[in-house]
Amino acid sequence: MAEVIKVGMADLNCVYPPDALITLGLGSCVGICLHDRETKISGMVHIMLPYSHQIKNNSNLAKFADTGIAKLLDDMLKMGAKRSKIVSKVAGGAQMFNFNDTSDIMRIGARNVVAVKETLKNFNIPILAEDTGGSYGRTIEFSSDTGLLLVKTIGHGIKQI
Amino acid sequence: MSISIADLNSQQIDVLKEIGNIGAGNAVTALSKMVSKRIDMKVPIVNIVEFKEVAELVGGPEMLVSGIYFKVSGDITGSIMFLIDNDSSRTLINWLMGKDETNADLDEIELSALKEVGNILAGSYLSSLSTLTGLSMTVSIPSLAIDMAGAIMSVPVILFGQVGDHVLLIETDFIEGINRVKGNFFLIPDEQSFEILLKSLGVI
Repeated sequence: MAEVIKVGMADLNCVYPPDALITLGLGSCVGICLHDRETKISGMVHIMLPYSHQIKNNSNLAKFADTGIAKLLDDMLKMGAKRSKIVSKVAGGAQMFNFNDTSDIMRIGARNVVAVKETLKNFNIPILAEDTGGSYGRTIEFSSDTGLLLVKTIGHGIKQI
Repeated sequence: MSISIADLNSQQIDVLKEIGNIGAGNAVTALSKMVSKRIDMKVPIVNIVEFKEVAELVGGPEMLVSGIYFKVSGDITGSIMFLIDNDSSRTLINWLMGKDETNADLDEIELSALKEVGNILAGSYLSSLSTLTGLSMTVSIPSLAIDMAGAIMSVPVILFGQVGDHVLLIETDFIEGINRVKGNFFLIPDEQSFEILLKSLGVI
């Protein structure tokens, strides 16, 4: 029986198949799922902010796109994942509130998504699917067995990517 | 060196809690006037919580809630979030509009009424803070989102996340007869403003 492992905010976790990973109520944060297509070892990180070097208080690696993805990748390799077989899926990065002026901080969701894509590109990890942006929250569940990501919303449907 | 909430000593925390009490008291007075009903308030619970726990405290990350969000400008900058569950939104609107509805879905007029309630609560909260500190501050127009608690709270938590890993949460219960509205106020000063706020209160 597959277990479903929770990933909190600014948190990450890795599993062996057939276990799944879930993060609840993603808003402007971004959930990144890494998946080794061969061993099916999978990981999920729930990041809050783009880059660790932009912030003084940066001890929690899972809080940032750059250090979060690096740490997740590292953990998966330690579990025996094959570096060249790793692919990714990305969800979240919504803008929950609309204000007339689009100050940097209000566009944090979009900035998070950009930072995630840049980081994945630097690591040479392909993005197979994404469900980002919009103005609504998402709950995401990743199955290590199938490599599918289930995205649930309130009022904006359910999809599998 | 900036100060984070986690570094505060007990005296500083007490001062922040007291501000929470006074602010919530003023907010309930304003609400009573607005709806012309006698509304009582339980003593607010003021807590400093780790941001990981925030969504759990408001009913779980997937709980459907209304969040009304304001930007604060002036001597200190930051934001205020007023968060209520959907039953409470309905009760508030019934109070305001003299209705007796039970339907959780809100129409356009009701949504704008809900924003207005948030506006008045946030405004009275801030004006008491302003009186206490001698700092001038104004709130922006409100922005409303109805969605998962985790998703809505990600906005202030991200703002706070740049300063520390904790938020200041003020939980207030408004009571009128058998009806009860449970509201959560989050005060989120920007990094530099946190220090200004504590200085103006004479605790650093």
